Amino acid sequence: MIINHPLLGPRDAAEFVYLGDAALLHRPNKDDENAAQAFLEYQYLRDNPAGVHRELWYHEQGDRSWLVVTRNTLTHEITDVQLAKDVARAEGRSR
Amino acid sequence: MRYSAFQILKEGITGNKGWKPAWREPEPKAEYDILIVGGGGHGLATAHYLAKEHGITNVAVLEKGWLGSGNIGRNTTIIRSNYLLPGNEPFYELSLKLWEGLEQDFNYNAMVSQRGILNLAHSDAQRDAYTRRGNAMRMAGADAQLLDADGVRNMVPFLNFDNARFPIKAGLWQPRGGTVRHDAVAWGYARGADSRGVDIIQNCEVTGFQMQNGQCVGVHSSKGSIKAKKVAVCVAGSSSRVMEQAGLRLPIESHVLQAFVSEGLKPTIPGVVTFGAGHFYVSQSDKGGLVFGGDLDGYNSYAQRGNLPVVEDVCEGGVALMPMIGRARLLRMWGGVMDMSMDGSPFIDKTSIPGLYFNGGWCYGGFKATPASGWCYAHLLATDNPHPTATELRLDRFMTGRMIDEKGVGAQPNLH
Repeated sequence: MIINHPLLGPRDAAEFVYLGDAALLHRPNKDDENAAQAFLEYQYLRDNPAGVHRELWYHEQGDRSWLVVTRNTLTHEITDVQLAKDVARAEGRSR
Repeated sequence: MRYSAFQILKEGITGNKGWKPAWREPEPKAEYDILIVGGGGHGLATAHYLAKEHGITNVAVLEKGWLGSGNIGRNTTIIRSNYLLPGNEPFYELSLKLWEGLEQDFNYNAMVSQRGILNLAHSDAQRDAYTRRGNAMRMAGADAQLLDADGVRNMVPFLNFDNARFPIKAGLWQPRGGTVRHDAVAWGYARGADSRGVDIIQNCEVTGFQMQNGQCVGVHSSKGSIKAKKVAVCVAGSSSRVMEQAGLRLPIESHVLQAFVSEGLKPTIPGVVTFGAGHFYVSQSDKGGLVFGGDLDGYNSYAQRGNLPVVEDVCEGGVALMPMIGRARLLRMWGGVMDMSMDGSPFIDKTSIPGLYFNGGWCYGGFKATPASGWCYAHLLATDNPHPTATELRLDRFMTGRMIDEKGVGAQPNLH
């Protein structure tokens, strides 16, 4: 697989480390009333779709940036790559 | 028909005209006591033991494709019980004991071959860890033997012992481990279940669950709606996709694991050998091909095929361990979809929905577990209580903090 890095251009997926579903960007608030249940779901439960999947890849052997890659789990086709930083900022977060 | 040497002789002199198909091809009835979703090894084993051990024969197994089309026909056929943790080891030892009596039990030649499995240690720390593991195995009634470097050298002299980085210091040897003809396991269980009255329905995809007052009372399928008192899902690899139809999210990611076969060679590798410094395991099939594998590709996938970096990594591991195979050519490689659970251990449990049961999360260790998985799932379905060796394989263990994390890497499925 080739991941088209927004800053560095097309890079071999072997340069990256995979973390998992991009929903991991949305860490629950520990002060919420149902925080225990929210953390259980955040840490251990997954949608695990067959088809389009947004996921976190870390460019360990490159510029060490985190990316949000949109990839089809049935075909391995990658349709979109963004810096995780940009995704988080677009959601109104500071970083 | 019972298979025996006499039967072969009799059929041989009467023109082989009496052989019958090993199982029927029935149409589904309107209602069953128990519906098993998924006709892989575990589903068929469950049906076999439900009928044979518990006398429950009003059972159907629904299979989307054909029998043996999933991971039961795509694995590297190794059986072993060399686990460490108390939630796992008695379960896998039960499985190995069932393997030992399997062919007599279902009257089918599954080519169970206890040629032994050898895990190599490459550092003092790893030898200590294997000592502990071997002790845990023996306490659970399994067999284990710690070999020193000379002991390993006697057994498999062709390894690269004096590698500067990863010298071979010791080996954990389980003589009762080995290999089994994987397809024959599916066929044998199918025949065993079918002969006792279980309906095995192929090309029948489950498209949804019938719910009534919050209870599961059957399924919708490509061959119509079928009612059942209990619905038992057993579809490792596709667990998330099937359970999503019941509105359940699982602690599972689907990953691809590749496997490889070399061209046929003369007998050279005596048992199963695993490399402790990289991830590489190998055995030699009866046809002579080296059957080997290594790490997951490491990203979510349902594609049943992997990518080249892992091919390279696995082959590098193999050549580092046994340089002699460097000139063997790869004949085939393929990928299978693994239910990777969040702690690397499986589930055999009821779900939060009454009438719906779940078996899955086998990671890449499902094949060796086939008999015990069927045995324990049948026990759960028949009695509504978990089998004593499977009490910890629960879906709620992440809530209660009772994870069974053999590798100790936490909720990172691609590292298990």
